[in-house]
Amino acid sequence: MSAGELRGEELHEVRLTVNGAARTVQVHARRLLSDCIRHDLSLTGTHVGCEHGVCGACTILLDGVPVRSCLLLAVSADGADITTVEGLAEPDGTLSPVQQAFSECHGLQCGFCTPGFLTTITAGLRAAPDADDEEAREMIGGNLCRCTGYQNILASVHRAAEIAREPGASESSQSDAGLVDSGHGGIEPGHDAQPDRSTSRAGMSSLFGARVQRVEDDRLIRGHGAYLDDLGQDALAAAFVRSPHAHARITDIDVSAALDVPGLVAIYTYEDLPGRLAEPLPLLIPHPALTHGRTPYPLAHEEVNHVGEAVVMVVAADRYRAEDAADLIDVSYEPLPAVVGLDAARAAVHLVHHDVPGNRAANAVQEHGNTAAALAAAPHVLELDLEIERSASTPLEGRGVLARWDQQQKRLELWTSTQTSTGVRAAVAAKLGLDLTQVNVITPDVGGGFGVKIVHPWPEEVLVPWAARLLGQPVKFTEDRREHFIASAHERAQQHHVTVGYDDEGRILGLDVRFWHDNGAYVPYGLIVPIVTSTQLLGPYKPGAYRVEFDSLYTNTVIVTPYRGAGRPHGCFVMERTMDAIAAALGLDRTVVRERNFIQPGEMPYDQGLIFQDGRPLIYDSGDYPALLAKIKDLVGWDKFAQLKEAAAAEGRRVGIGLACYVEGTGVGPYEGGHVVVETSGKVKVATGLTSQGQGHQTMLAQLVADELGVPMADVEVVTGDTRRFGYAVGTFASRTAVMSGSAVTLAARKAKEKALQVAADALEVAAADLEITGGMVQVKGDPASAISLGTVAVLSNPLRYAFDDAATAATQFAGGGDLSKPPVAPDDEPGIEGRAYFSPVRSTFASGMHAAIVETDPETAEVTVLRYCVVHDCGRLINPQIVEGQIHGGVAQGVGGALYERMAYDESGQLLNASFMDFLMPYVSEVPRRIEIDHLETPSPLNPLGVKGAGEAGVIPGAAVLAAAIEDAEGVPVRSMPMSPSDLFELRRADSP
Amino acid sequence: MKPRPVGYARPECVAEALAALAEPDVEAKVLAGGQSLVPLMSMRLAAPDLVVDINRLAELSYVQVTDGQVRIGALARHAEVLASPAAAAAQPLLRKALRFVAHPAIRNRGTTVGSIVHADPAGEMPAVLALLAGTVRVASSAGERSVPAGEFFLGPLESAVQPGELATEVRFPVLAAKAAGTGFTEISRRRGDFAVCGVAAIAWLGTDGRISGAKAAYLSMGPCPAVLDLTEAVEGVAADSASFPAAASFAREKLEPAPDIHATASYRRQLAGVLTERALAEALADAREAVEA
Repeated sequence: MSAGELRGEELHEVRLTVNGAARTVQVHARRLLSDCIRHDLSLTGTHVGCEHGVCGACTILLDGVPVRSCLLLAVSADGADITTVEGLAEPDGTLSPVQQAFSECHGLQCGFCTPGFLTTITAGLRAAPDADDEEAREMIGGNLCRCTGYQNILASVHRAAEIAREPGASESSQSDAGLVDSGHGGIEPGHDAQPDRSTSRAGMSSLFGARVQRVEDDRLIRGHGAYLDDLGQDALAAAFVRSPHAHARITDIDVSAALDVPGLVAIYTYEDLPGRLAEPLPLLIPHPALTHGRTPYPLAHEEVNHVGEAVVMVVAADRYRAEDAADLIDVSYEPLPAVVGLDAARAAVHLVHHDVPGNRAANAVQEHGNTAAALAAAPHVLELDLEIERSASTPLEGRGVLARWDQQQKRLELWTSTQTSTGVRAAVAAKLGLDLTQVNVITPDVGGGFGVKIVHPWPEEVLVPWAARLLGQPVKFTEDRREHFIASAHERAQQHHVTVGYDDEGRILGLDVRFWHDNGAYVPYGLIVPIVTSTQLLGPYKPGAYRVEFDSLYTNTVIVTPYRGAGRPHGCFVMERTMDAIAAALGLDRTVVRERNFIQPGEMPYDQGLIFQDGRPLIYDSGDYPALLAKIKDLVGWDKFAQLKEAAAAEGRRVGIGLACYVEGTGVGPYEGGHVVVETSGKVKVATGLTSQGQGHQTMLAQLVADELGVPMADVEVVTGDTRRFGYAVGTFASRTAVMSGSAVTLAARKAKEKALQVAADALEVAAADLEITGGMVQVKGDPASAISLGTVAVLSNPLRYAFDDAATAATQFAGGGDLSKPPVAPDDEPGIEGRAYFSPVRSTFASGMHAAIVETDPETAEVTVLRYCVVHDCGRLINPQIVEGQIHGGVAQGVGGALYERMAYDESGQLLNASFMDFLMPYVSEVPRRIEIDHLETPSPLNPLGVKGAGEAGVIPGAAVLAAAIEDAEGVPVRSMPMSPSDLFELRRADSP
Repeated sequence: MKPRPVGYARPECVAEALAALAEPDVEAKVLAGGQSLVPLMSMRLAAPDLVVDINRLAELSYVQVTDGQVRIGALARHAEVLASPAAAAAQPLLRKALRFVAHPAIRNRGTTVGSIVHADPAGEMPAVLALLAGTVRVASSAGERSVPAGEFFLGPLESAVQPGELATEVRFPVLAAKAAGTGFTEISRRRGDFAVCGVAAIAWLGTDGRISGAKAAYLSMGPCPAVLDLTEAVEGVAADSASFPAAASFAREKLEPAPDIHATASYRRQLAGVLTERALAEALADAREAVEA
């Protein structure tokens, strides 16, 4: 439909200069400049993260100064000179200093917010070329990043200034300044060290463990990433009428007023859904304890159970029209009493689902030893009530799905911003009645996930392809920020009651934990979060006996699915608060109590006697907790803190220190696979089925394959999350990519290498064992004169040699007659240099770590400032320390956010009062610790060929625990509930004072 | 989150703008910086019939100091006001307060007049206008009027600007007295967020070097910027006092803040006291410096 046909709205001509070129567009008055740039000018590097001016992802330069393009009407920008991220590099493609710096300093992860930072910093450094740290913070102070924790973005600002000052500095910028300032021991943050920027040595067999610059970065910092909404510019747009009530019966849906909306294509309600689409969405992970599992329908059927539940789907020419129609659809509701919060769910005066008594989806018990007897016999017993509130993943990019149905080939192609493309494929095929081979799911660049995008299928993921097939046109759904708050998923809300018995030394003899988990309106993802809490709560400790029982309860709120940490932050909070309470009761140092309860290195592997989330025994594979404790005490200066605290008190300052320990089951099975093929060009193509959301998987996996095969990393290209390339996969969650896909691609590369060596051995008439591959050349060990390129070997591996390229021509010199009595491809052989392998470990591997923080609380305003934040982390062998540190930075920022800023503020009627980035307080740079001090321990895992453990979630796990401990230490008031805002702390003080 | 269909007018002069605003039975909204209006439109919480875009009215893009007033035209961006040495010299409180307005990218586009007309009780510039008893010049096709700050803020997001009217200018009195100083401080959950509580203060010194008078205006402590005369609580107190407990108590007693998701009422009251003292201390330090200079 041409814009002219859309009646009622006048078109305005807008002339712009965009990245130096004159452009003219016709827009309606209401068109946001961000949409104009992205969709009318096809410059999709400018991203939209909130559409209310808070996140800064859409920042462009308007006449040279940074502005939010989502807060401007395009028509109002007529005559303006605009620079977008695409205009930052030189015309010859040379990256600008800011872009170079981001790549060097690992200043980006998912890259979704990055264009906004790049434009902002470009202008900022023009105005203040010698910006100091405060000015750098002010410069980026209005841009949100959910991945990096800002540490490396700040480093990028300084590095960019340096590059700009010294042309050519980028090539000679090796710096060995470490990140770790061991044993600093003060209460003030250390000076900001420049991070280690050492780039990869291009050398062979040393990529494992190297700070290799990410291969993902180049396209992302140029604005050439391809996120979901960047695709399908020709697609129709979907929008949804969502329930304004937390709990109600739908009595009528009247669409008549919407039918005249220009550009409207279709309106669907539950009544329109055929076959399996009319059934509830699947319960993905059933569990014997989940006796009352309930899942939503793709579109609400008779009843709605949370604000935001999809009721009607509208498809129109664009999102503006779709929202216009959605606006005019009149749904009549009969409100029902809403169950909001765990107190209401437990009281069960009202029910979320009429056929679920007590609002109880599940009740589960695990026990190791005789806890009741241990408690009865314990010399000391303490009881604690501990609570964690709701938060959410809130990636900068929301959910999104694009579907194209090819009527001739009867095939569906689906792009979705997911953490599991294979899961979506299977679900969509089943729901739409298609064969798996008819459906391909491709994960484009994903702007952060953190757990929320593991759910599959979302209602939209089945409705959009269904509509696309029905309409014979591509359809796209791009979730907006408000929808993400009320229609995706949350996490974290749990209440816990702890009974702990211990001896005079502080050793735990018996631990009983009863807790209640708020699973929201439905449980499509089963019981993963509370099961993880119930098992991972034990951390590095070995209580004499342990019993845990939980109820998973329905509430009329958004569903719950794992959010980074996935039950561990709550478990860690419970266990570590318990440790601190024991220490306080006995007058012992908090680290001493912990040490006395540690599992010792000599006790590994250690069986906790429970069943873990993967249905397998909870057996820790390796770890050295006493060594971690020694490191964290040294790093934070634990033993010197008492003096510092006293000195601060003398100045009227309140400071406190806290420490928290965790063990994290990572690399959860059942499997991942990898495929490696050497092309005749010598290029190596790698595929694995799980998806990436910015973690740097393409880099990390390329490092492994390049090492294994002996080829330059530049020759290795990795594809993730594309079912056209790899059909069997699980997904990206539980910090599993390095362990699972890392191992799988390594094994696949090993197979390819064996094949290459054998082919080369035949050609060179030597033994394969005498050959090596280095720099992409196969040669007799130590004899470069014998070298033939891997590409040539690839040609030789295929008896059908089309002389299309140089490699094939070169290979002809080796083409002998062969043994004419044998087939060209031996019965046990295959053409090509190719390897496919799966990795399936017997159990999860358990990473561990300890965080310590020093905080200051303002006696008057109750503001909490994190003065120092220290991390000691053991994820086994480090493949790329820069990437691991980036994961820790981002995790810590989320941990601090969860502890001090973020909560879901529901009112009693189930309205989410802070469903925007304005009021959901994701930290800016100003809210994260000024510097995160990191030290590593490397205890290899025996459970995989790389000796690695997962690192993705570690940074977030102890956040609430460590900050609660530090606040408690500063204030002398027990902290039993997190998060803690200044207002909360003020009220806690009031409640505590007589 | 996309705006509803809307009409659009881009006048080239004030008279044209007023004519557009005067259209009968048309709900018109003035678009200057749009930093509040556009997101409200995107969320479909605001759905005017017509947007009157005043971004071409160069005649309203000024920051001037004349006749004892800092005059800020309706198209002057926060960033321009912040950067104006003349404005900062004439009324230092402007720069002090503007530093707290959102983030630089918002200040680059948002206008000072617009934020005053938006009348958010959490806004910095409404409180400054209220404290200094400035005025807003309002024009319509029927003529011009001048509204004193005391009559300008009617409620949350509600100002005295009527349909058909355009706020063309705000005027802040310069800091005339030599022995006077100003202070501004606020606490927000995140830097750049709307304040949980904020205080703009002005204080005067007597010839004896002691405090002769003080006033404060409060952000987020009621439906409108609340102005308190603190004189009775601080008069005669040494200007270099480390604390002003009487002023803090006075403020806590007089203000009636409401709770919201970020703060209880009692916490806000606590902050009002603390920040009153801090803003006074800043104002008095400035005043002493001015006297000594």
